[in-house]
Amino acid sequence: MRHSCFITVGPARFRIGSDWRAPIDQLRQLYSDYPLDEGVPDFTVRLQATSALRRVVRPQVAIAGDFTLPDAVPLPLEQGLLAAEMAMNLQMALGWRRHLLLHASAVSRNGRAVIMTGVSGAGKSTLSALLGERGWRFLGDEFVLLDPDTGMIVPFPRPVSLKNTAISAMEREVDDDTRFGPVMRDTPKGTIRHLRPRTEAVQLMARETRPALLLFPRFGYPRAVRRVDEAESFVRLTQASTNYVALGERGFDALTGFVRAMSACAIDYADGEEGVEMVERLWSEQGAKTGARAAAA
Amino acid sequence: MTNGWSVARALTDPGSVAALDATGWTHLLSAARALSLIGTLAEVLADAPIPPDVARVFADVRHSNVAGQRQALWEAECARMALAEYPGRVVLLKGTAFAAAGYDAALGRSIGDLDILVDRGGLDQVEGLLLEAGWEWVKPDPYDDAYYREWMHELPPLIHAERDRMIDVHHTILPLTAGPTPDAAALIADARALPSGLYALSPADIICHAAAHLIADGDLSGGMRNLWDIDRLVRQFVVEEEGFSETLAERAKLHGLTDAVGRALRLSAQLFGTPIVFRRKSESRANAAQSDPGLGLSPENSRVSTSDTLFLRRITAVDGWGRKTRKLTRQGFYIRSHLLRMPPAMLARHLWTKWRKGHRG
Repeated sequence: MRHSCFITVGPARFRIGSDWRAPIDQLRQLYSDYPLDEGVPDFTVRLQATSALRRVVRPQVAIAGDFTLPDAVPLPLEQGLLAAEMAMNLQMALGWRRHLLLHASAVSRNGRAVIMTGVSGAGKSTLSALLGERGWRFLGDEFVLLDPDTGMIVPFPRPVSLKNTAISAMEREVDDDTRFGPVMRDTPKGTIRHLRPRTEAVQLMARETRPALLLFPRFGYPRAVRRVDEAESFVRLTQASTNYVALGERGFDALTGFVRAMSACAIDYADGEEGVEMVERLWSEQGAKTGARAAAA
Repeated sequence: MTNGWSVARALTDPGSVAALDATGWTHLLSAARALSLIGTLAEVLADAPIPPDVARVFADVRHSNVAGQRQALWEAECARMALAEYPGRVVLLKGTAFAAAGYDAALGRSIGDLDILVDRGGLDQVEGLLLEAGWEWVKPDPYDDAYYREWMHELPPLIHAERDRMIDVHHTILPLTAGPTPDAAALIADARALPSGLYALSPADIICHAAAHLIADGDLSGGMRNLWDIDRLVRQFVVEEEGFSETLAERAKLHGLTDAVGRALRLSAQLFGTPIVFRRKSESRANAAQSDPGLGLSPENSRVSTSDTLFLRRITAVDGWGRKTRKLTRQGFYIRSHLLRMPPAMLARHLWTKWRKGHRG
């Protein structure tokens, strides 16, 4: 294709080709901290014009690549970066088999990870971005990769996809303007702006971490905490996984091991500050329990 | 330049990949994916020396292969259970049949929908049983539904509500509007029983069906994979089935598919070196002396025609990004596929209806 680049995120290397220069330039900018070296990619993504005419006149980006959805709606060229991100997500969701893929965000501290999962709009992405600015290592806001053999979390720290009100919240939080991508308005998901994680998160992305706490956050509700048992966690995570069925028995073993290895809570919170505070508190209690258990043993 | 021929070379000569650099591999993988042959390539190259990043991609693909075939066979089992009351034979077609029969062609083959063949007289009962067992209509459009029922060789596709898998219920192997009229009753009568109680077409009929599907029906978009099926199946049947060439010639004639089978075999010989060239019955005696056991090689029949070259251009039209290339050739074959299916007046009516629907939104 006319324009192309390679991007490596965690264990996955992408080759992105485009009929236009702009999306590739934007990707290079947004991913400037990431390894961009060429090599045999895990996935190929194509941003291609819906027709020869549409390359020039009111250009429309069709999302294509190794894996495609038959009814994917093309996006205007101004949203080319979003198209690339969606296409990369799609490749992972449909093609990745090395890990159990959970639709979740994650951060870690002292080699122990908090995994946050929920439906779109539950706030898992923003919460992980906030924590990533406040002393936690950001592991990813879209997919959590669980190694079926070791039970470890493999970081996949893509740029955070901030939506609507989360954009201004993170603009207040982050001083460095160069970490933000372009503002894309009127996308199918509203206004979107990407935020590149802190450099350390990218530099450490090959380092795996052990899962320690599973949260089901819900943004915009009065504060509440509820224990979630293994069975409920398991069922909710099968729904949050894009490749649970495809992995067969490996997926089942990985997921049962995962929900048994840690405690889980559903948390409702009214705003970001409250969310961060609740995660910190649960984390400390969890640490105290782990410490007590270690001491008892 | 990477295209379908690059994939054919890697499949038929696994040693040749040793010469590939990172870019060559990248292009090969993308082209193979676009041709639905990545699963096959991963299996064929399982023991070839390959770079580590390619090996990781192939490991994922081979995981998908195993899961895909398990799912396909489970889907066939679900259909068998749903149709337990149906007294006629339920014949598996295409990929699921290859996997269920344990044919070499199943190795690494991706399997999409479940395709079955039943007697036309039993269609209503089969349809009713499937609907009872949780399958439902995909296309609620009345025109499409009526079109399928009147003119096609299969029911409109059904999808299972819980498992999200499609089933195509055929009553013959070509649309009723196509030129050749295969003998559907003979297809079912000659089918071979599988351990599960389901059936698969006889070896010669499997080749006839593959050729009919490729040459006399669609626009050749899955042509490479189709020809690879034919190559693998023919190689196996020539060894395992006594008098396979003759049987194939007879069955092709019976189904009116002599030209289609001849064409398919010439194309697969070109791409994959398939060690058989199809003969018509009348030529078989003359050539019997020079042929190997089971192989009927006739120089006259194996000559590649100009139109074969055009078919090959269409079938191998892919690039190192997995894009379809040679747009004009592809469009030509797309139009051909419609002409094959419908007489001109009917085609005009069909396109007019579809066009008006499109403009109604």
